[in-house]
Amino acid sequence: MTKTVNNRAWFFVLPVFAIVAFSAILPLMTVVNYSVQDTFGNNQFFWNGIGWFQDLLDPSSQLGERFFDSLWRTLLFSAIILMIEVPLGIAVALAMPREGWTVALCLVLMALPLLIPWNVVGTIWQVFARGDIGLLGWVVNRLGIDYNYTGDPLDAWITIIVMDVWHWTSLVALLCYAGLKSIPDAYYQAARIDGASRWAVFRTIQLPKMRRVLLIAVLLRFMDSFMIYTEPFVLTGGGPGNATTFLSIDLVKLALGQFDLGKAAAMSLVYNLIILAICWVFYTIMTNVDAQRGRVEA
Amino acid sequence: MTGSVAIGPTDTKARATPLAMNKAVPRPRVNGRAIVMGLYLLFLMLPIYWLVNMSLKTNAEITSGLTLWPQDLTFDNYRTIFTDESWYSGYINSLTYVLINTVLSISFALPAAYAFSRYRFLGDKHLFFWLLTNRMAPPAVFALPFFNLYSAVGLFDTPWAVALAHCLFNVPLAVWILEGFMSGVPREIDETAAIDGYSFPRFFVKIFMPLIASGIGVAAFFCFMFSWVELLLARTLTSVNAKPIAATMTRTVSAAGMDWGLLAAAGVLTIVPGALVIWFVRNYIAKGFALGRV
Repeated sequence: MTKTVNNRAWFFVLPVFAIVAFSAILPLMTVVNYSVQDTFGNNQFFWNGIGWFQDLLDPSSQLGERFFDSLWRTLLFSAIILMIEVPLGIAVALAMPREGWTVALCLVLMALPLLIPWNVVGTIWQVFARGDIGLLGWVVNRLGIDYNYTGDPLDAWITIIVMDVWHWTSLVALLCYAGLKSIPDAYYQAARIDGASRWAVFRTIQLPKMRRVLLIAVLLRFMDSFMIYTEPFVLTGGGPGNATTFLSIDLVKLALGQFDLGKAAAMSLVYNLIILAICWVFYTIMTNVDAQRGRVEA
Repeated sequence: MTGSVAIGPTDTKARATPLAMNKAVPRPRVNGRAIVMGLYLLFLMLPIYWLVNMSLKTNAEITSGLTLWPQDLTFDNYRTIFTDESWYSGYINSLTYVLINTVLSISFALPAAYAFSRYRFLGDKHLFFWLLTNRMAPPAVFALPFFNLYSAVGLFDTPWAVALAHCLFNVPLAVWILEGFMSGVPREIDETAAIDGYSFPRFFVKIFMPLIASGIGVAAFFCFMFSWVELLLARTLTSVNAKPIAATMTRTVSAAGMDWGLLAAAGVLTIVPGALVIWFVRNYIAKGFALGRV
């Protein structure tokens, strides 16, 4: 569909621009302002130039070490999450019933974890995984496995990952299901006539048709897992030690716990730029896929 | 219970070939799909079952040992929440800002999405990406500046502060979803309406909006969802008068020692509004999750 050039369209966009700018640009400028200053409390600020940024990007300084530790932790978490949730989501989408009332039931039950407030998700798993009163922790301990997510870093990681899989796999599954639904029956009939195997159908029909929604899924899951805060905060509080202190938890500790506004602001900006860069790559890929598809169909 | 629900004659192939099955020795067919689905739903429901189970127990029973269902069934936890104002006002606060946010986001996003779907204009692509970046910005980054900003304009501790703050990520999302749905409506409809003498506002409300009604529903659902589940900003921007239920939960419980039953009951009640909303939009969920782009 060709669009006409019309700059008056800006009038339609203006309200959105205003409301988002109010919530985005003003606070962002505050952050920029803090990031070049140092404070000793009492609302007294001193010019610090790019000192915080130098510290932050220098792994040998105290702040830099802390920042890079949290950054690797967060990247590792995002990578593990994507590797588990994407294949699992595809599998679940393929397992959806084709028709009947079970479809609606499955959809509703699958979407349920997505609408639970994030701190309640943390609370649910906090209770569920406890060794004394939680079903999961109790069963695992009974099986003879020593499991304690508040004491052991590995257990804490496993619990957070299982929690995130529980919380978000449905999003990937629902997106993939939407992609699968858009495949016309004729494709499957043709495949059957050709005697295509189940795997061939998946590789040549289903996967290419899901590519677009998979990109959206990967983009959303990456963004949200990279800025995860509430769930691990409720579940482990960043512990044991610093084992599950992800970037945003570290940031809030720095800003609201220690009230180190300058450092926290510098960290916010770098953190934001990383997300921006990665998302720009995803977005470019996505719009290119769009453009290609547009050409093929035109 | 959930495991058995998903199992059924859902595979069309299984239903289409009863004759072939009768010829061979009838062998129980293993329905792989139903097993995968059943296991997945079981995994999803177990923690929720445990929460509901706990909410119906007394604290003595919870701490004394593991029971798979309440031996001493009690609704006291729920009664506490519905009679104590500090509890139920949390629900009212949460619902207030969620509704304000949903209405704001949709009404602002509608014209913008129309502009993006119909016209090219100076800086449109950059503007669209900039909007999306706000969906990607971690709320942790904005928590403190938001606190300063909303204190300065006198909105701190009102539902409006939270509703406006949530616009940061909900408006871009609504624009994105609505743009997808609007691009599916052919331009000819706009032109025909103009020829028939419809003014633009009348065309937009009378003809265009009904055409994308499902898109509006889906966008509203997403705004509701993300505003309802977000807590970091909501907690930072409120103290007493507009405190959301999710924040009430953490504070009250830690102050009174661990009242597990009450905590669980409050948790169950935060799941209910979401479950109701899903039920109403269940037929649009799949399309909506693809943001109208399938």
